Amino acid sequence: MELSTDVLTDMHRRMVRIRLFEEAAGKLAEAAKLPGFLHLYVGQEAVASGVCTALTDQDQITSTHRGHGHLVAKGGEFKPMMAELMGKATGYNKGKGGSMHISNLDVGMLGANGIVGAGAPIAVGAGFGNKLKGNGNVAAAFFGDGSTNIGAFHEAANMACALKLPVLFICENNEYGEFTARDKTMAITDIVDRAAGYGMPGVIVDGMDVVAIHEATIEAKNRAVRGEGPSLIEAKTYRFYNHHGVQNLGLKYRTDDEVAEWKQRDPIFTFEDRMIDAGTATRDDFDGVWAELRADIDEAIQFAEDSPVPDVDQLLVDVYTEMPAGATS
Amino acid sequence: MTAMTMIEAIRDAHMVAMESDDRVVVFGEDVGYFGGVFRCTQGLQERFGDHRCFDSPISEAGIVGAAVGMAAYGLRPCVEIQFADYVYPAYDQIVSEAARVRHRSAGDFSAPIVVRMPTGGGIFGGQTHSQSPEALFTHVSGLKTVVVSNPHDAKGLLIAAIEDDDPVVFLEPKRVYNGPFDGHHDRPIVPWSKHPLGDVPDGHYSIEIGKARVHREGSDLTVLAYGTLVHVAQAAAEEQGIDAEVIDLRTLVPLDVDAIVESVEKTGRCLVVHEATLTSGFGAELCAVVQERCLFHLEAPIRRVCGWDTPYPHAHEWSYFPGPDRVGRAMRELLST
Repeated sequence: MELSTDVLTDMHRRMVRIRLFEEAAGKLAEAAKLPGFLHLYVGQEAVASGVCTALTDQDQITSTHRGHGHLVAKGGEFKPMMAELMGKATGYNKGKGGSMHISNLDVGMLGANGIVGAGAPIAVGAGFGNKLKGNGNVAAAFFGDGSTNIGAFHEAANMACALKLPVLFICENNEYGEFTARDKTMAITDIVDRAAGYGMPGVIVDGMDVVAIHEATIEAKNRAVRGEGPSLIEAKTYRFYNHHGVQNLGLKYRTDDEVAEWKQRDPIFTFEDRMIDAGTATRDDFDGVWAELRADIDEAIQFAEDSPVPDVDQLLVDVYTEMPAGATS
Repeated sequence: MTAMTMIEAIRDAHMVAMESDDRVVVFGEDVGYFGGVFRCTQGLQERFGDHRCFDSPISEAGIVGAAVGMAAYGLRPCVEIQFADYVYPAYDQIVSEAARVRHRSAGDFSAPIVVRMPTGGGIFGGQTHSQSPEALFTHVSGLKTVVVSNPHDAKGLLIAAIEDDDPVVFLEPKRVYNGPFDGHHDRPIVPWSKHPLGDVPDGHYSIEIGKARVHREGSDLTVLAYGTLVHVAQAAAEEQGIDAEVIDLRTLVPLDVDAIVESVEKTGRCLVVHEATLTSGFGAELCAVVQERCLFHLEAPIRRVCGWDTPYPHAHEWSYFPGPDRVGRAMRELLST
């Protein structure tokens, strides 16, 4: 498949936006300017970007605890995202969601999720809605290797296949479920082996190669739109930072060599080198993108810091359509 | 006696239990090689081998279900659910299996398991890393529910839970892992090494499940508390200059009704506090017990100070949390009623 320069530029831009957002969030957390848990997506940018450049705003995604990258790739704006992480009233969810529960339906992002495996069944429901309405949209569930061990994943995959729903199962296999290596918790190496058990095709792609991911997604999406049901894409990838935070307790559960080796395959820098070698773009072009987006992120941080915290009354708003009388303390 | 954090005390309880009984096995997410995200199982795999302390997949239903099967055939599993908020997929196994197999097999077999989980808020975990789900367990016949508030009790109660012949849900408020947090989040953390309950007996010892502890003696009113709120209630009493008697219930089921009655009959006023949401919280059960047993000793209606009826918030965590100001205000109001 020959991708247009526009698509390639778009992929690159999405990856850089994720990288800059995550690096900025990491620095803010280290400076104690960002409350709460933070699971950084750095290293995995190609997956969200490759998938989301194959989707439209009307297609839906569900995400994970490591969800900022998915939202950025799906079209999330820096300002309301940064404000949400800081718990500010101008955040996408008025500061009620935070890093682990951020969502925005305008761009079809049904939510990051603090519960491992919880997103996949929700994507099945979104896919069912698409099929019922006949709108030609697809729902993509992002999830990690570890989440395929939990019951919710099994139930989602089985149901989507049984009902032949337009759902894409996107497994980001970064080899670790939190702090535990994959081979300690499952007897298979490739998550894609599980696909056959549900009756769907599965494909392994290089998770550091945004183009490969994009192409696999287009194929899976076409199949879903034709009414042939779900597919499983397993992207072999890696997170450069720790399970949460940046340094994370300073405890070792993987070797420095392993981390360094994967960093050699940085999805953004390798992509840039390929584009320059192919004559599609120049170093100056890329430098311009980084500089422009850096300015955007600085502006977003300022915006978030200047934004007000929500009114305390908001604690009891959005619990129900209307708060029942007497339900307080 | 050794000064310990609550994490160290829990780790020590595991060590003692595993040392004294080779049927005890420990597993859960990240608990083996890594030693647990809160470090409560650090060193167990090195000492006892990966056949007795191992990493489970991310599979809460599988963890508890496997524990039930192990227990039915004579093992003593003590499993960790990484955060209490992750327990819901395992709820079916806890309710329908662990709590019920003794009754439906007419005592032929049972599930003497311990399901440990860090609970509660105060660490900016948002709605999926901060909940206090104790009432979901206390409502289930066949389960025992323990909530600890300090290192001394945590060790003794965990050993007792592992040795207990019934399934025990063991809740560890994560905000008191490293110190007796009293709700003043803007003040420096007081370490357990500066608190008498940070002194933990060495070796094997256990605390009877079902016995409350008088945390602070007093005569003005009784506060029924457990977990983090024990320390909040103490701070509130001292800041208000109110001679409150603070009862640390320690175990919710079985409940030490005698200790509650004795205190409320003495003070004539009762305040119930917990971090979990108000409606259908365990506080409602406590109010019912006090009403049934102490009505004619009460000089004022029983009061509750609990979490607001809302999902645990990301922004305004400290407005949700029933801190010493709210608890202290309720004490004053209770005394003026």
